[in-house]
Amino acid sequence: MTFPLLSLTVFAPLLGALLLLAIPNKDGERNGLVRVIALGISLVVFALTVAVWAAFDGTSADFQMVERVPWIPAFGIDYHLGIDGISLWLVVLAGFLTPLALLSSWHGVEKKVKEFSFFLLALEAGMIGVFLSLDLFLFYIFWDAMLIPMYFLIGIWGYDQRVYAAVKFILYTMAGSVLMLIAIIGLAVIHAQATGQYSFNLLQLYQLTLDPRTQLWFFLAFALAFAIKVPLFPFHTWLPDAHVQAPTAGSVILAGVLLKMGTYGLIRFAFPLFPDAALQAAPYIGTLAVIGIVYGALVAMVQPDMKKLVAYSSVSHMGVIVLGICAANVQGMQGAIYQMLNHGISTGGLFLIVGMLSDRRHTRQIAEFGGLKHVMPKMVAAFLLITLSSIGMPGLNGFIGEFLSLMGGYRWRPDLAAVAATGVILSAVYMLWMFQRVNYGPLTNPKNKGLHDLEPREWAALGPTLVLAIVMGVVPNFFLAPMAPSVDRLVQRLHAQRPALAEAVPVTTPKPVPASVSLTPEQAAR
Amino acid sequence: MLLFIILAPFIGFLINATLGRRLSKGVSGGVAVAAMLVAFGLSLASAAQIFGAPADHRVIEQRVFEWFTSGDFTVPFTLRLDPLSTLMILVVTGIGSLIHIYSTSYMHEERGSEYARYFSYLNLFAAFMLTLVLGASFPIMFVGWEGVGLCSYLLIGFWFTKKSASDAGKKAFIVNRIGDFAFILGMFGAFVAFGTLDFKAIAEQVATMPVEVTWGVLSVTTFLFFIGATGKSAQIPLYIWLPDAMEGPTPVSALIHAATMVTAGVYMIGRNAELFAHTPETMQVVAVIGALTALLAGSIGLVQNDIKRVLAYSTVSQLGYMFLAMGVGAFSAGVFHLYTHAFFKALMFLGSGSVIHAMAGEQDMRKMGGLKKYMPITYWTFVIGAAAIAGVPGLAGFFSKDEILFQTYYTGHTGLWAIGALTGLLTACYMFRLIFMTFHGAERFAVAGAGHGAGHGHPSTALGASDAHDSHADAHGAHDDHGHGHGHHGAPHESPWAMAMPLVLLAVGSIGAGYVGVPHALGGSNAIETFLHPSFHPASVHGPAVAGDHGAPVTAQGSDHAAPAADAHAAPAGDHGAAAGHDDPEKTRIELTLMGVSTVLAFLGIGLAAFFFLQRPEAADGAARSLAPLHKLLLNKYYVDEIYDAAIVHPLRDGSSSVLWKTVDVRIIDGAVNGTGYLVRESAGALRLLQTGSLRVYAASLFTGVLLVLGYFLAR
Repeated sequence: MTFPLLSLTVFAPLLGALLLLAIPNKDGERNGLVRVIALGISLVVFALTVAVWAAFDGTSADFQMVERVPWIPAFGIDYHLGIDGISLWLVVLAGFLTPLALLSSWHGVEKKVKEFSFFLLALEAGMIGVFLSLDLFLFYIFWDAMLIPMYFLIGIWGYDQRVYAAVKFILYTMAGSVLMLIAIIGLAVIHAQATGQYSFNLLQLYQLTLDPRTQLWFFLAFALAFAIKVPLFPFHTWLPDAHVQAPTAGSVILAGVLLKMGTYGLIRFAFPLFPDAALQAAPYIGTLAVIGIVYGALVAMVQPDMKKLVAYSSVSHMGVIVLGICAANVQGMQGAIYQMLNHGISTGGLFLIVGMLSDRRHTRQIAEFGGLKHVMPKMVAAFLLITLSSIGMPGLNGFIGEFLSLMGGYRWRPDLAAVAATGVILSAVYMLWMFQRVNYGPLTNPKNKGLHDLEPREWAALGPTLVLAIVMGVVPNFFLAPMAPSVDRLVQRLHAQRPALAEAVPVTTPKPVPASVSLTPEQAAR
Repeated sequence: MLLFIILAPFIGFLINATLGRRLSKGVSGGVAVAAMLVAFGLSLASAAQIFGAPADHRVIEQRVFEWFTSGDFTVPFTLRLDPLSTLMILVVTGIGSLIHIYSTSYMHEERGSEYARYFSYLNLFAAFMLTLVLGASFPIMFVGWEGVGLCSYLLIGFWFTKKSASDAGKKAFIVNRIGDFAFILGMFGAFVAFGTLDFKAIAEQVATMPVEVTWGVLSVTTFLFFIGATGKSAQIPLYIWLPDAMEGPTPVSALIHAATMVTAGVYMIGRNAELFAHTPETMQVVAVIGALTALLAGSIGLVQNDIKRVLAYSTVSQLGYMFLAMGVGAFSAGVFHLYTHAFFKALMFLGSGSVIHAMAGEQDMRKMGGLKKYMPITYWTFVIGAAAIAGVPGLAGFFSKDEILFQTYYTGHTGLWAIGALTGLLTACYMFRLIFMTFHGAERFAVAGAGHGAGHGHPSTALGASDAHDSHADAHGAHDDHGHGHGHHGAPHESPWAMAMPLVLLAVGSIGAGYVGVPHALGGSNAIETFLHPSFHPASVHGPAVAGDHGAPVTAQGSDHAAPAADAHAAPAGDHGAAAGHDDPEKTRIELTLMGVSTVLAFLGIGLAAFFFLQRPEAADGAARSLAPLHKLLLNKYYVDEIYDAAIVHPLRDGSSSVLWKTVDVRIIDGAVNGTGYLVRESAGALRLLQTGSLRVYAASLFTGVLLVLGYFLAR
């Protein structure tokens, strides 16, 4: 067996978190030390995720660095990890954002610093585990395990309404997860009926042929769990509360990585496990996604609270991702994955900035600010760049993902894509309006007069997101190329002719194309 | 080499953006000007290569790198220089350089860091504008397209402390985004139809297709692109941002909102002439919108009192002419007007800046008058610009505007021609009204030091100011708090050389620029039409005269269509390019007649302006009173802003807040969620623990649940 790099990446943050617990820190006298060690651990984990990238063969569509050890053989449950082009960058993203989240809470979090860092690192382990699991049982363990640290992060270190928000977060998520669990177990049972062997192995379950009814029910169970996580309209109302109440680090991770669990789940599990049902349901899910794009943007526009505004903007942005997934073609899928990374960076950056302002002023009300460019010009420059990234300015990261997702959507359903593209207008409306009210105009509020500009620690947290926003906008192929083979294979799998279910296939044909072009099925799939 | 034309101003931007606050004004201004001059030099050198090549080999292409790829869709970052883009880069870098030089003086009272910020934006704008023009495909053009929009936003809102300025910047960006939304959809449509977004590859394919006589895929695609153009180029219904954009520093108005950026939509259509020529339905829309915009904006310009706003509406109106030309298939006439307009409109904006500078920030013409004797250079250059735009024979605007009107008439669009001719009358009228109100007549300004405020607020020329519901009243005196106050202590004065020199050079251009397009009817050869012709029929161009720096092949990226039918294509209907016969005596007769008509109209307009605003100002007041409803309608710009506000902005904002957020989200969805939670809590006491947040109980119950379900399936 080769060096278990993936296991190390999953468990390093957990081991580090346990190590932290061993540090005696009564009454917080060693808070500084705890912070430094936690940051060090998260940087080691980031280095590990980069090592995973370095070891990854970008020309292959297969799962790589696979580790598979029987765990509960009676039920066909394995400890089974692997990575492909779809999960590669998400793992790196999780590794990238955790140190930034720790840095962002350097001064914001004063109580129980040790426990705080512990939960953040444990959360990281859960996130990486979700992205790497190839066994559905293992996946489910990580999926649920993730909830616990997040629950505490919101519930203990959050703002006034933290308990309500935390419980709402967990109940919403649980409601979906339970159904998914039943479907997972059902899959294993069907596998046993077909082959005599239970299996939770994703690769084996991909090969199962399910009758349309079962597919549909199982797909719905999976899709509901993921839709809540995304969150897809109308399952989104936990998100604004969770974000507003969460500490900055929680918001950064929540928006940056946790939401991606939902879209990742659709791409990795719901769609390829139940392709016929998925393609059948795609127009409906796509419609919800498009509603979410417009709805989220409009509601974001009228929010008086910066954090809530960014939270609703996430609903809008995640809709673009889901639309790309529903298109089930190469541009849509690749755009969706790229946009997942972008959203992590730009929304992560926005939450960092809001956190910095909130650390200074202890308010997030837009009306409390105004004219900050007079006192914090560097912050405003960073704010502008992240804003532009978020609204999809070409040359920055957001454009690539949005463009590809929408293009995929257009090749599938031009009508949905046309409505979705109004997000281009609306995002400019709500972001620039907030930007103007916070940063431009005279410095009217005397409380803002003494605000200091970004300090080095804040640059360290924010700077990397700015750099990545530019790099990912200028040389996107660096990131797109390694994911291409896996995405190609996924799209082929979705559109493969399944002999037993030939009648279900017409759903996949694209809308009428112009007379001047005739798309062959292969082209349509691309 | 093409890349360096873009990189020069971009490096200037980087220097001023990063080191700006540590540089002296001389250095940051110098860096910015030098960057533009380098770009201009490189443009001249590239243009020389283009001119040196045979007419059907005038292409330089440079493939820089592969920008992004996904499946069968790929976007190489490719730059392409052909006659059309050659003309554009010369305008952008040439006039851009002059405006940079002008700015070093105009902005000199800004603080050092603000000065550097200004020049970094201005350089960045030039870099994006050059990308827009040189980009070989829609996505690369779009990089520039959005980039110039961003710079426009930043520069309009440059004086960010002032709410009206940052509002205007935001409005410009958002209205432009409406256009960009359509532009993006147009790109998708084009890609589905052609499998590529490269301009040349699309033109080659479309040349082999039949003209689409009804609304089909191609027509919808070009229509979407045209909506994009109405945003950037300020046409109905999206022109509303441009007048507000005058909140920006005046050199910005000259460069971005007159000479270059706002012409991007015209350029885009010219760039895709073959495609648009194949969609006559869209072309009809383009022509009608162009003509109507020309008339609408011209009529508003007639009554505005802010000197920059008159020029802004004039720009909208002139852009309307260009679209009219594009719409009737007279692509080279439209681009010709774009080119001449860049000279005289930049000239007049800079001239107005010179006036505003002399008037210590005052922009209201009712408080000017009699400036002629104080600032002769500004005055005479301004008169040349106004005469050029009015269509006085022999000046630049005469040739280009008459070409448009002639082509409109000749292609059978008599009604549109009439609108265009009438707009010509309005143009002459509002432009000379501006001249007479500003430079002639009584001195209505108050000279603070000397204390002789002659005729301040003279009622006659105020032209019904009392009933003006001028929502932009607060915009007047825009620059007061930004330091253009140094002229305040004495009489108005002529501007320093750095401002006067560009005026003189642009005046020379306003006189001479038209001679590249003297029509055949006047014994000329219309050289510009011949020069531009290959750009409108790229399928007939055989290959790069000069291989790009990286020796990239010219064939379309990702496309199997190598233009086999390139030579065989027939010029589509509606195109009256170089091929059109020019020795037809009937045609010459029509052209000369039309020229006579527009010349008469031009002088009639000037005469009317002279009568109302020079001879008998009280008659203007009388006219305004007797036509009070019309006058009020024009003064309030047809209430279009108010209508948009009432019909779109307010419903959207209030609906989002009270219906979507507070009702759907909070009441309905959350109500259902919390209601469920309440029911569960009431009926199941065990779950009460959950609500108190005891996670151990939660985890244990979860685990038990899993075991139970698992056990059920196993036992089954």
